[in-house]
Parts: sequence; structure tokens; C-alpha cells
Amino acid sequence: MASRRDFIRISGLGIGGLAISASGYGIYKNLAGTPIEPSELKVDITRTPTYCEICFWKCAGWVYKNEEGKIWKVIGNNEDQHSNGRFCPRGTGGPGMYYDEDRLKTPLIRTGERGSQTFREASWDEAFDFIAERMKAIAAEYGPECFALLTHGSGGDYFGTLVKAFGSSSIAAPSYAQCRGPREVAFQTTFGEGVGSPERIDIRDTRCLVLIGSHLGENMHNGQVQEMSDAIDKGAAIITVDPRYSIAASKSKFWLPIKPATDIALLLAWIHVLIYEESYDAEYVEKYTFGFEQLKAHVRTMTPEWAYGITTIKPELIRESAREMANASPAVIIHPGRHVTWYGDDTQRLRAVAILNALLGSWGRRGGYYVPEKLTVPSWPHPEFPTPSRSWKDAFPDQYNLAYETLASGICDATVPTLSKACNFKGWIVNGTNLPKTIPDRRKLIEAIQNLELMVVIDTMPMEVTGWADVVLPECTYLERYDSIRVSPHRKPSVALRMPATEPLYDSKPAYWMAKELSKRLGLEEYFSWNSFEEMLDWQFRQIGTSLEEMKKIGVKTFDRSYDDLYFHPGQDMQFFTNTGKIELYSTDLANEGFDPIPVYTPHEEPPDGFYRLNYGRAPMHTFSRTANNPNLTDMMAENAVWINPKVAKIWGIENDQYIYLENQDGIRSTFPVKARVTERIRWDSVFMVHGFGHDNKKLSRAYGKGASDSELISRVHLDPIMGGTGMRGNFVTFKFEPAKKEVES
Amino acid sequence: MRYAMAVDTKKCVGCSDCVVACQTENNVPIGYCRDWVVEVTNGTYPQLEIEIRSERCNQCSNAPCVRCCPTGASHFADGGIVLVTENKCIGCGACINSCPYDARYSHPGGHVDKCTFCVHRIKKGLDPACVATCPTKCMYFGDLDDPNSPVSTVLKNRKFTTLIPEAGTDPQLYFLM
Amino acid sequence: MREEIIVSGRANPFIDPHLNIWHWQIPLYLFLGGLAAGILFFAGMYTIMGKEKVYPTAVKKAPLIVPFLLVLGLIALFLDLKHKPFFWRLYTTIRIESPMSWGAWVLMLVTPLSFIWAAINVREIFPKWDWKFDAIKKLEAFFIRHKLILAWIMVISSVILGVYTGILFSAFNARPLWNTSILGPLFLASGMSAGAAMIMLLSKDHAERTLFSKIDIGIIAVEMFLIVHMFMGFLASTQVQIDAAALFLGGPYTASFWIFVVILGMIVPVVLEVLELYKFKVPVLIPAILVLFGSLMMRFLIAFAGQESRWLY
Repeated sequence: MASRRDFIRISGLGIGGLAISASGYGIYKNLAGTPIEPSELKVDITRTPTYCEICFWKCAGWVYKNEEGKIWKVIGNNEDQHSNGRFCPRGTGGPGMYYDEDRLKTPLIRTGERGSQTFREASWDEAFDFIAERMKAIAAEYGPECFALLTHGSGGDYFGTLVKAFGSSSIAAPSYAQCRGPREVAFQTTFGEGVGSPERIDIRDTRCLVLIGSHLGENMHNGQVQEMSDAIDKGAAIITVDPRYSIAASKSKFWLPIKPATDIALLLAWIHVLIYEESYDAEYVEKYTFGFEQLKAHVRTMTPEWAYGITTIKPELIRESAREMANASPAVIIHPGRHVTWYGDDTQRLRAVAILNALLGSWGRRGGYYVPEKLTVPSWPHPEFPTPSRSWKDAFPDQYNLAYETLASGICDATVPTLSKACNFKGWIVNGTNLPKTIPDRRKLIEAIQNLELMVVIDTMPMEVTGWADVVLPECTYLERYDSIRVSPHRKPSVALRMPATEPLYDSKPAYWMAKELSKRLGLEEYFSWNSFEEMLDWQFRQIGTSLEEMKKIGVKTFDRSYDDLYFHPGQDMQFFTNTGKIELYSTDLANEGFDPIPVYTPHEEPPDGFYRLNYGRAPMHTFSRTANNPNLTDMMAENAVWINPKVAKIWGIENDQYIYLENQDGIRSTFPVKARVTERIRWDSVFMVHGFGHDNKKLSRAYGKGASDSELISRVHLDPIMGGTGMRGNFVTFKFEPAKKEVES
Repeated sequence: MRYAMAVDTKKCVGCSDCVVACQTENNVPIGYCRDWVVEVTNGTYPQLEIEIRSERCNQCSNAPCVRCCPTGASHFADGGIVLVTENKCIGCGACINSCPYDARYSHPGGHVDKCTFCVHRIKKGLDPACVATCPTKCMYFGDLDDPNSPVSTVLKNRKFTTLIPEAGTDPQLYFLM
Repeated sequence: MREEIIVSGRANPFIDPHLNIWHWQIPLYLFLGGLAAGILFFAGMYTIMGKEKVYPTAVKKAPLIVPFLLVLGLIALFLDLKHKPFFWRLYTTIRIESPMSWGAWVLMLVTPLSFIWAAINVREIFPKWDWKFDAIKKLEAFFIRHKLILAWIMVISSVILGVYTGILFSAFNARPLWNTSILGPLFLASGMSAGAAMIMLLSKDHAERTLFSKIDIGIIAVEMFLIVHMFMGFLASTQVQIDAAALFLGGPYTASFWIFVVILGMIVPVVLEVLELYKFKVPVLIPAILVLFGSLMMRFLIAFAGQESRWLY
């Protein structure tokens, strides 16, 4: 049927029917667009406030129930600065997480080998007794400091309190060393403050948004995507640097199709153009920065022509895009990215980004980086935490001094005993993070786990990490529980309430309840001395001038800023939290630690013949690996595909929608085949996949075997010497057409 | 009164929020969808361009599905919205075959289903679920006969197309270029 | 390169990856309807022409199977419905713009008509048939008296039935393969050809067989003419129609269409029938069955290929 016609590729699979009857309920706006005042709304018993837990953006919204009292839909809260009343596709698909019948239903205690996913059901009492007993044993033999918490999610609050009360300070979120860590350190050493979450960028009012290492639009940072749309309406220019033609690239004035791993060269060339064409914000630089002369000397030879040879981006394009930024200054944002652990020199790359922002004067200015404010909400009184005698940092003497948060990969490394020292960690609590798809180098992760004497996993779904646990505790979804007040930094300080829309399904429980119950068995109840969680929430709300009852009706309360300091005032004197008190273009911190004080371009390994760099990213309808089983979301995207350039596909004889296997440079082949998407949107030296698929736990009925796992293929890790970030984009894959042969059993 | 919807392809990022929102709002069974997002890429690396469209039933003014329905289940309602009366539908599938946009589907309950412009919401003065949830605010809805409605305003100021106008159905879903 | 994908993964059953909402039930019904129309047409026509005695099979015997054909067809139609409890809604309204509504009502007319015609001719097979009830005997007499009027109604309604099976498809311009007004006459011709073949099959009379053999040859010639012009029309039309025609000109339906429908269903029977006219011995079974088969296959292929043809994506 070949002809000039286009033909459709449908990327998704359907499953059985699920029909619920419902009626509609009114919401906020009429067609003219004026919001209805909160006082006009009745206290609607079928609508409860919550904030979403599907990703870290924590948009506040409303959960609606139908006439039968079952969860119907989740929509945004108009008052919320994160969502502005509009949820993203994952948030809107929240009910799927609740209705997913593959959810963990009861506590489980392992009966088979670690990784074999064989458990027996247990009662909560039995599970808690088991955990407490082992924890006490570890504390007795090795010390309570040998206990660590790896967390991503609201439960981290309570388990964090528990672990700190227990006597350890080793609490890590993988989102640091596996994700945004380098940019936090880079911005901290430059501006004295990190970027934070949500990122403090003023996209709404910007005139030029530079995305280098961000595929906004495919990654669904809700507020940022919304503001990018506003910026487009206002005629802002977008500049995208990406080897792939991302959605953002398609909306950009300039798309720089960069050769992978050469970003620092481009950034330095841009800095060169701004300095030597004198289009940087001279007044700002003069007043607020330190190290300009060193920077100028450093980039003297880093011309666009020099960068062209490295990045394959034409010099005129480098100059034009730099001029576009300069014209927009100070309402220009060089986006700090989010997942920036790529090649091992990521802190330096983000330093270049920070320096560029500083030269353009965007830090602290409208349309650039605003100054966020976060409310201070007192915590429920508890006794002081004991001081641990050692921490995870002791496993890495003299390393990562600039890392201000704990490295999850560091804890993992420190769990493996080495020839020179006994290992540091004997027990882990893993809350809401699927480690096998998060920590690169699976072999090391598994080695670490095998050395543990206790591994507790708390999750809502039977993700891969649950297979390695000694005890699995089923958490109920965010729609079924209270949680700590959401206190986020933003243009205005605000708080949001999460309350349950319905009782927990099956035998699942909220994390705060689990922590409190465990504390009883560990003699640490004084740290959880509230009688009910509602009591604690109400107390906290009253401290800031509201109450639980009011919050139940409004969901989000926004306060005015304490000072009018959203942006710097013109001519205002500023002190920055750096050694010199100024924005450090030349970083004294880095110099002190023996690292390059100004970023230097170092070439990185290129793919060998027949191999292609493995680039991974996001799709707007999924979050990491956690939504791969959500029925609403798999309905849209059930599996990922590997993007291959048509020239490459032709060489290999690969056709669109053909299933192939990927094998990386270390001979690791993907467990499952993945569909090939032959598209012009990807460069010929790389491939692209959406992260989070290729689940190998059969209990995930919709996700099992769908697509391939990029994490599996990330075996080579490039450690960032400055803060321990694990660079994951130095892996290369080739194409195979058969599954890996299983090893013959002897 | 003539309801219509406009989608700004310049701002749409293809997130498919409109699809999930429709599914939860209208209890569309899992495995079915009333709307979908199409992504068209043209060109050769690196000279490329992308157009993204959120598509659904076009609520055509000259709807073939209404014309060919043997029982009158498919009918025009207020504002030109095409609706299906469930207990008149016999599930013959003629309307499904008559739609050049493949916008209709056979609901597991036996009748034929499709986008209704969330008629239950617009009666209360709200936007359809997809329009209300779109994070990029690239969707506009309203009454074409009201010059101040969001859709009329945006159609006045922007270039737009419809899908396969040559099919003669007079679709009321506009794509802003 | 142009790449067009549905990123939100649409996979509506019966719609994706391509439309397949109508399965075997519809083409089967269309075939049975066409066949019935053909038989009834000849029955009516030769009654009007006063040739009852000359062509008894055509007028009396062949129509006896028509009620069964139509009931089978109606059952197939009913099975196709996805909202079966509401099937009676078809008969609560007449919608002139909807060919399906026409079809429902025409069948309402033709089916009882065929039952009546079969009833008054039942003695062709069962000479000793007795209606037992006086009321029915009176009714039978009434109908036999007005046979001519019945015949006229039959002629007209069978033509409508035959054409409607094609117009049902051609009213759907959304399926480019069907969007040709040739489909109506083509299906009518096909139905008549099938009817003629069936009469040929059932007839014991040499003269009758020869006549219908000649009629069949003529109708098949018309069919082939229509098919050629249909394709010429597609190829000279818009891109979507060119692509639709490509389904039969190199696409997945090429072999089945040209072999089953054209060669086996039209050309071979014509050749055989011509040979027979020249006194070669050909068992009458073969061309008749081939024609019926070809007619059935044509309905099936056009129904399935039509659903595959599309405007978008």
C-alpha cells in the first residue's frame, strides 16, 4: 500500500473496560472567565482538597467524588501557584493510581531470596515487630548511624523523623546525586543559593528562555509549561540547545542541534560573545559580581569558531543566539535544567550556566530568577534529635565537601564493604523510590543490597525495588491520606492541605501511621506525640493564622510576602551567601577544593563504531517509572520506543515499529525488546528513549515487559568529583535482534 | 448559538492532558478515548517542524453521522452540538462509518459514543473538561455567534484551518496556525 | 520525511488501527439481499410479461427460497447490532436521508411480499399443499387474483432493494473507496446476476436456462463495464480515492479482488456460459456457483477494503 500518503502509527495499547456512572458538579469559571469567589462555594462534601504526589511539583487540587461516593476526578485548585487550577496529565490521571488493582495490599515479609519477589502476607504487627527487632539489633552491633533512609515523597518526613530520632543523619533523596545535585552546588557556589524546587525562574515575564538540557513540554513541570505558554503569547523568544528536535525546539526561535557532550564549549562561547561584544549587563556585573577579569581572560580564546569545531553549531548561530539573549537582558533565563547528571563534569557545566545568567543580570530580576519566599511553619514539638557520631560523609573522607545534601548513591556505595574498611550501612528504609530504575549501575546496587541486614520498602505499587526488601509495607495513595502541610517556596509563600478523599483501600496505610507505630516499638514515641494527625495539622495551621477547618474548604492559602523583595530593586546593595559576599564568576569554593574555579571544556568519550549515545528523557504523560502501571496513563502511552535516525535505521535495516534489543558498551542487553521509532527528530549519533519502562516485575500487570529499561543499560557511571553526582549519559548502545542468551547452568 | 472550539497548535506541547481529563470527567472506559493528540513532524534533520493537534469530534454543522442515523439517535442539540441518545441507538455502526474523522467509537455498553463538548458542563457555564485542564491554555471554546466569546476572539486574530474541509462536513473544530 | 503519529495512543476497539466496525454480517446480508432482489425482480418481470408458464422456475420456484434468504439476512443484520435490545427503534421513524432507514423499511416491505409470493407459489414444490384454514385460503385467492399488482410492487421494490445495498455504502463519503455513485448500480447488477445464476441453477428447463444464461452474460458485461469505470473514476479523482483504489491495484486486496471477484466470479462464468451457448457441454452448476461466489466475495471485499480506506492519517 506504499504511496505518498502518510500513515498512522499508534503508540499505545488498550485494556479492558471500566465504566463508572457519574454526574457532573460545578466548578469555578463561567464562560466569560471570571472565577467564582470562594465564599460563593458551598462546603461541598463531595470535593476534598489535596496536593498531588505523582511527581515532585505537588500541585494542589480538588478530588471530586461521584454520587456513589467513589473518586471521580482530580482537578487543579485555582488559588495554587504551582498549578493555577490546571493539573498536568499525570495529576489528572491520579484516580488511576487509586483504582490500580495491582497495588500493594498487605504487608509482606520475604520468604525467598532477595530479588526473587517471593513473600508471604503478614499482619502489620508482625511486620513492625520484625523491623523493630532488626533495627535494634543493628543499632546494638554497629550503631544507629548504620541506618539510612532513601526517600522520594511525602513519607520521607515521618521516616526521616524516625531515623533521626533513632540516631542517624543519613537521609538521602536520589533526586540529589542522581538528578539536580550538580546544579544546586553550581548555583550555591556562584550565587550563594541553590535553584530549589520549584525552580525560581520567572518564565511568565521573560523575553528570552534558553533551554539547554531541558525538554520543557515533554517534561511536564506544570507551572513552567504553563508559564512558557504565557511567554509564547507575549512573544518571548525560546532558544533550545538539544541534539534532539524536542517539542520545545519546535517552538524555538533558535534551535541549536548540538553534538552531545559538548555543551560546556557552547556555554563558554556564549560567555565569550557576551563579554567581547560588550553586550553583558555591565552595571549588574560591576555591582554584584566577583571575578569578571579572570573570567574574561579565561574565555578569550573560546570563540564561536572554536566552539563550532567542537559542537558542530555554526558560529553565526552562536552569535545570533547570544545577541538574542543580550537583547532580552535582564528578562532572560538560562534554564538550570533539572536532571543534570550527565557526564561527570556537570557541576562545572551548571557553573557555566550560572555564570551566563549572572552576566545577563537575570538573577534577582523580573523575567529572570526571582527571589522565592517560603513560609516557616513550626513543627510539632519533639525532643532534640541525638547527635550521630558519624555520617555518610565519613565513608568519603575529603570528598564531596561541597555536597550540601546526602548522596543516595553515596549511601549505596557505602553499603558495600571494601578491602580497606567495613561498610557503613547495614539497614535501609526505602520510601517511594524504585531504586533499580534510579541508581545507575545495577550491579553495584544489588551488591549493596545483599550486604544489608534489613531492607524495608514502603511503596504503593509492587515496583522492582520491593523484590529486594525484607519487609514491604503497603502505603495508601495520596488520595487516601493526610500528609504534612505543603510549604513551598514561590513568588508568594503558601501552604496547601492534603486530606483523604476516601478510606484507604485494602490494608494499606499512611506513612505517618507506620512511622508512629514503629516509633512505639523503638521507644521513640515522644517524637510522634500527637494523638491524631489531624490534631497535629490543626495545631500547625493555627500557628500560621488559619485552621484545619478553613484549609479543608480552601485547600490552599497564599500569604503576602514579608518584604517587597521579589526582585532586586535597582541600585540595591545585596549580600550573597558566598565567600566574597558577591556573585562569584570565579568560584573561590571550587578553587579551595582544588577544582577549576571557572569551567573548562573537556572532551568526553564518543560512541565507538556501530554504537550510539543513549539519551533518555521524559514523556508528559508519565513520571519516572512510577506511572507505568496507571491504567489512565498507560492508555495513552503503554511502552516507550527507541528513536533512531532514518539514515541509521537504513544502515541497520530497521523499520519503524520493529521490535529490537539494545546492548550497551559493557555487553548488557536489554531484557525486553523495544519498539523502534524511525524519526528525523534525533541525531544520527544518538538514540533517545523515555525513561521508566521495561518493568520486570510480573505483578505490574500493565507495565510488565512493556518497552525497555534505559536504567538497565546505564552501567557506566561518570562520577562528578565535586559533589558525587552520577553522570549517566556516557553509555552507548548498539542494536541487536535477539534476546540475550541465558547462561548455561552448570 | 453555534458552539465551536479552537486549538492553538503553536502552544500545544502534546501532553495529552485533554485526553485524560476527558476520560475522568466523562467516565470513558479505559481502552477508549473521545479525543486524541496527533503529532506531525516534517522535514529532514535539522530542518524540521512539528505541528501538534488535539482532535476530537468536530461537531460538524453538516454532520454525515446525523444524516445517516436510521433511528435519529444522532441528532443536533442546542448550539449545533451533535449528541447520541443512548436509548435510541441500535449500535448499527453507520455513523461510525460515516465520520471522516473516525471520531466515534462503539462504547462497551453497546451504543455509540463520542465527544459531546461536555454538554453537561457547558449548560452550567463551564468550559469542556479538556479546555479547562489544558496546562498551556491553548484551547478555546465558546459561541461563534457571540463576538466576544473566547473562540470568536481568537479566530478573529489568528490564521486557522480545519481538518479535511473538502470532506464537506463543515467542522467546528479550528486549529490556529 | 513526514511522520504522523497519535502520541496519546488511540486504540479504540473496531476503530484502530483501521476501521473494522462491520464484519461478516453486513456483507453477508448485502449478498443475500442482492440475491433476493435479483430473484424477485425476474419473478415479477416475467409475471408482468405473461411468461409464467414459460419460465416457471424464475417465476415460481426460485422465489420460494427468497423468504429464507431474507430472514437469514435479517438475522445477520440483527447480530451485527451492538445495542440489540433497541433494534425496534428502527421502525419508529423514517429518515429519508439515511439509507439504512430506507433499507429497514424496504425490507419491511419486501420480506412479507416474498413470503406472500412464496406462499401463492408453494405448490410448485408441494403440489398437495393445503392451507387448512379458510381465512388463509381466501387470502391466497385474493393475492392470486391481484398477482399482477404484486408483481409490479415486487419489481419496483426489488430494484430499490438491489440499489440500496450499494447506496448504503456510497452514502458514506468518509470511506473514499465507497464514495462513488457507481456502487449502487454495481451492486444492483451484481444482485441481478446472482439472481439469474440462482434461477439457472434451480431450473430444469433448457430454454429457461439458456435465457438466464444470456441474461447473466449481459449483466456481467455491464458489471465489468461499471468496475472499469469505477476504477477510472478513482484514479482520476482526489488523493484519498487514488489511495483507496490502490488497495485493489497492488494493495492487500488486489489478489482476492481480481481473482475471486473478477476472474472466478465474472470472466470464467461468462466464458463457460458462452461455450455452453455454442453447445459445449458444461455442467450448469459451475458457472452458477462461481457467479454466486463472486457476488458474495465482492460484497465482502468492498466492505472490508472500504473500511480500511480513509481520509486521515
